[in-house]
Amino acid sequence: MIVSVASGKGGTGKTLVATSLALSLERKVQLLDCDVEEPDDHVFLRPVIAARESVCVAVPSVDEDKCTHCGLCSEVCAYHAIAALKSSVLVFPELCHGCGACSYLCPEGAISEVAREVGVVETGFSYGIRFGQGRLNVGEAMPTPVIRKLKQHIDPEGTVVIDVSPGTSCPVVESIKGSDFCLLVTEPTPFGLYDLAMAVDVVRRLEIPSGVVLNRVGVGDTGVEEYCASQNIPILLTIPLDARIAQHYSRGIALVEALPEWRGRFLELLERIRGMVRDRARR
Amino acid sequence: MREVVVLSGKGGTGKTSLVASFAAIAGGKLLADCDVDAPDLHLLLSPAIEEENEFWSGRVAAIDAGKCTECGLCQDLCRFDAIKEFKVDPMSCEGCGLCYRVCPEEAIAMRDCLSGHWFVSRTRYGPLVHAKLGAAEENSGRLVAVVRQHARSLAEEEGLDLIITDGPPGIGCPVISSLSGADLALLVTEPTLSGIHDLERVLGVCNHFGVPAVVCVNKYDINEQNARRIESFCTDFGAEVVSKIPMDNVFTEALVRRVPVVEYAGNGVSAEIRRLWDAVVAKLG
Repeated sequence: MIVSVASGKGGTGKTLVATSLALSLERKVQLLDCDVEEPDDHVFLRPVIAARESVCVAVPSVDEDKCTHCGLCSEVCAYHAIAALKSSVLVFPELCHGCGACSYLCPEGAISEVAREVGVVETGFSYGIRFGQGRLNVGEAMPTPVIRKLKQHIDPEGTVVIDVSPGTSCPVVESIKGSDFCLLVTEPTPFGLYDLAMAVDVVRRLEIPSGVVLNRVGVGDTGVEEYCASQNIPILLTIPLDARIAQHYSRGIALVEALPEWRGRFLELLERIRGMVRDRARR
Repeated sequence: MREVVVLSGKGGTGKTSLVASFAAIAGGKLLADCDVDAPDLHLLLSPAIEEENEFWSGRVAAIDAGKCTECGLCQDLCRFDAIKEFKVDPMSCEGCGLCYRVCPEEAIAMRDCLSGHWFVSRTRYGPLVHAKLGAAEENSGRLVAVVRQHARSLAEEEGLDLIITDGPPGIGCPVISSLSGADLALLVTEPTLSGIHDLERVLGVCNHFGVPAVVCVNKYDINEQNARRIESFCTDFGAEVVSKIPMDNVFTEALVRRVPVVEYAGNGVSAEIRRLWDAVVAKLG
């Protein structure tokens, strides 16, 4: 079963939930940190990294001897990553998505591809948890190739927890695609509500069942609860606003390690998710 | 004209609450919300929308089943695994158009996508340019570029000397698009190990693009030891910590009332945010 942990708004507690879910299970569990722009799960799991792979995009390299400057490459490039001038061809590697159109379509066979690293994927373990994370190189714009490569490590035999970046656009879609369930973590504020509604739009579009974790309950308003009731979205777990939780978090100590009474609640949460996924499969 | 962009790496550190407060303190500046994935600034500024524009960006392939002979060439060539069983998954398609160009039956068409909307609005504190990317859409960086471009031309038109930009979390495409060419980045962080890790990466991006940065540690009293660590490594990076704001529920209380926190909090928090703004203005020169 693959459970992704997402939220429209940042800083609502995705990392807290994802790491505590994985740590509660202890074994037959994989935690993949797909927030490749700012991966933080390692802070809480302190994993031993056993393997590191480079993530590359195939960018064009033009053989000027063969090039006849016909301009087709720049005409077919949807990303404006290659510009054919009168006597030379300019490549803008940071814009290139690596689709291969220019090299495939060049009538002179003048374009080959070279690998350009945009990030790394690291895998290892922490206690009984199989751990994986992607890291986008600083200065790079495109996280999706890193996410795609990391997700190749999914072993659907056990439970897979995927930590997702905030937002609602392409890296989020790439991360949660293929999940059996998506947990949406939010907070009881107007920001939390507005961004939750957008995240719900995304999971509905991908036809992934979802439920909400409401974090920092205490100050705030009731908007999220009213919205969830009206949209028939279950609130599966609430976590109170508690200075102790924030302090442990600041030191990089996972919730279930700092306050072990939470372990049972996370296991219960997983059981409820499992039940919902099973019911859905039957329908 | 000057431009300050507020970033954080890690989400939820207080960017939007601070930008709304700066808008109230400074008054009459051009405001831009470049977090087009999860734009929240309007929730605090209650804007009156004057202009709504469509954002068309990128294309998606579609296969005409009537013409398709299932030769499989498109599937073999697609680098994004977007074609399965002779159907295009629009969520995976990156719009490169290679399939469309190579299909021997001309069975594939490329369709333009309406990826979002952008708005020009009035608030009590000045004009606001903001946007909303459609759910699950691509090209957030391009939409950010559109927002910034219109913010600049509007500021010029109205003779405003400063743009205050609320940026997105992360370090990827929309962040780079928000940051490049700005005069100053204000990085808002929190004294957690993850906040520190994320701050280091976003500082790296500022350095990479040559934008000077100053730092604000929000909720510094959650962990004062970490707050001191931030100050020392920022010094190494050449970025000054210009403000430390204590953890305070007034941020959430103001948010629930949908007003900038400086207009709600009567305590030291407001005074600290004003000091922070003065420091930002001084850095902008």
